[in-house]
Amino acid sequence: MSGPIIRVEGLGKRFTLHHKQRERYTALRDVLSERARSLFRPDKSQASTSDFWALKDLSFDIQAGDRVGIIGRNGAGKSTLLKVLSRIVDPTKGRVTIEGRLASLLEVGTGFHPELSGRENIYLNGAILGMSRKEITAKFDEIVAFADVERFLDTPVKRYSSGMYVRLAFAVAAHLEPEILVVDEVLAVGDAEFQRKCLGKMKEVAMGGRTVLFVSHNMAAIQNLCSTAIYLKQGQLITQGATADVLTAYLKDTGSAARMDLSERPDRQGNGAIRFTGFYLSDEDGRELAAAQSGATVVFNFDIEARSAPLRDVKVAMGIDDQYGQRITHLSNEVAGQVFAQADGMKRLSIRVPRCPLRNGNYTFTLFSSVNGEIADYLLNAGGFHVESGDYFGTGRTPAEDQGTFFVDHSFNLS
Amino acid sequence: MTAKHRVVIEPGSGSQNYWGDLWQYRGLLLFLAWRDLAVRYKQTTIGVLWAVVRPLLTIGAMWFIGWLFGSNVPEGTPRILIVCAATLPWQFFATSFSETANSLVANSNLLTKVYFPRLILPFSTVLVSAIDLLVALLIMVVLMAFYAYLPGPEVVLLPVFILLTLVSSLGAGLLIAALNVKYRDFRYLIPFIVQFGLYVTPVAFTSQDVFGNPDIPEALKYLYACNPMVAAVDGFRYALFGASQPIHWVGFGISSCISLVLLIIGIVYFRRTERGFADTI
Repeated sequence: MSGPIIRVEGLGKRFTLHHKQRERYTALRDVLSERARSLFRPDKSQASTSDFWALKDLSFDIQAGDRVGIIGRNGAGKSTLLKVLSRIVDPTKGRVTIEGRLASLLEVGTGFHPELSGRENIYLNGAILGMSRKEITAKFDEIVAFADVERFLDTPVKRYSSGMYVRLAFAVAAHLEPEILVVDEVLAVGDAEFQRKCLGKMKEVAMGGRTVLFVSHNMAAIQNLCSTAIYLKQGQLITQGATADVLTAYLKDTGSAARMDLSERPDRQGNGAIRFTGFYLSDEDGRELAAAQSGATVVFNFDIEARSAPLRDVKVAMGIDDQYGQRITHLSNEVAGQVFAQADGMKRLSIRVPRCPLRNGNYTFTLFSSVNGEIADYLLNAGGFHVESGDYFGTGRTPAEDQGTFFVDHSFNLS
Repeated sequence: MTAKHRVVIEPGSGSQNYWGDLWQYRGLLLFLAWRDLAVRYKQTTIGVLWAVVRPLLTIGAMWFIGWLFGSNVPEGTPRILIVCAATLPWQFFATSFSETANSLVANSNLLTKVYFPRLILPFSTVLVSAIDLLVALLIMVVLMAFYAYLPGPEVVLLPVFILLTLVSSLGAGLLIAALNVKYRDFRYLIPFIVQFGLYVTPVAFTSQDVFGNPDIPEALKYLYACNPMVAAVDGFRYALFGASQPIHWVGFGISSCISLVLLIIGIVYFRRTERGFADTI
């Protein structure tokens, strides 16, 4: 086979943002009234839209049989790229040439209907993903066995546990046999054992000579599965190459971006008496860090902005989630017995965590503050940080990756 | 990799072999139609009866109105049959139009996650309504048997007029479906069109009441003929009752032309906006 299986040339995708708009959709009524208004008030400064390039002049080739990981921060354009490749959204510029049948798996269980039974949903979902009836029938037993739902085949999926639901959905998708498979972050579901199974299946698919494009925030999965990787940043290609090299470049780069601006976040609640405007990690001596490290002291620093005074009885909390969105722990000055009686004129809040007990991985956090018993600022999924592996116990050893998500100090005694 | 399957994605290019793709995805079309039917019959306790009860009640009401206002029926043909012959296509139009118009928004989760020719969605809803029509046709058969009425040879034309009904509902449905993606206030228009349509479509009355009435100004008659469903209903009656329900050809021509034009506008507008559905929905 000569030539690349996927060739992307100068690809661009523009979205138009509507600032004023609160609802996700337009109403003709609003469009008409907006037009009518602008007739009488012709100043253009009121323009309520701005352009945003989710992908900008992107060019790369993918060879047949490559297993390509696509990495980048949230909003880097990874999902948009997959959607363009899957022909779900139209590009604004450029050109993509694909030599072969491409199937995409952007969501687990697309089109599943809760009222239908497991058996019916297998057929329906298979058809939606582009399988023919014959193909599905041929793979039916395999799918059922993989999902481990034999006993519930004729039960409506609305009665399934969420684990069963996800297993069934993934099982159908995993048995697709296109030449090119595009997978978005779908492994971030289900329990750890099932994830391992999924990863194994993905690897099997990939080893079968098929081309796989895989988006994930799970660097371990990318490393495990992909031969090459592409690093996207703000819609542009930063590096393409061997997975290890690209991952190194990515981690180095995200380091400098560990400082996060939160001031523009619109999705917050609260009266705004205090607002979180920025975040960065530092070590004990105040030196900025790109990532925390297991076992080393880390300080979470927040820039805060007071919008009113006086600030009395100030409570602050930070909830930390793992990459699967599972709440791991909650840091709160109320629980720690350190509620601030007053906080007027303060600009920075720090939370010091000696010997960070988190394992390596990506974490996200939610922020909360209240002043005088009223919610001042509540920012769900405010940001994230990375933890690199470190020698928590000082013994040079750590438990195996699948043995839990955090470390606990302990000692053994024999008597 | 012997069979070359090349796809080129460019702005606005759409798919080069869109209609071929549509054919390839026919399996999905059938599955979606089957899903809608299966879900409906699982959710409602009366199930299949639903396809019978609705037209029955409508027939009853329309029969009463026609009788009340003294609409003309030919000698020897029971009014209920005349009304029934119009209610079936009307019901087909009403459900197929409103389901089609809502089909994209109702399946937005599919639109944003999977590629397939988007026309699959409205087509599958039309298919569901067509199956409902087949069930409802049984009512007609039973009523005819009850009144011992046998239709003439014109009945072979019935499929043509079913197709005409399909054309008018699909045309209007596609247009509203595509507009509804961008401007969500179109959904308020859907029930209004269905309700208004029932008043101006010859269900309780017949087209002869209109065209044959010297008191109605000519201009108004032409306006009446602009309703695409006039041709479909007149055709249904002609197919079932033959010469006793003659077709008014000018009215029929205007009405069916409007159906066709609507279908063309519907498909063109749908195809033109289709590529942006996932962005805006």
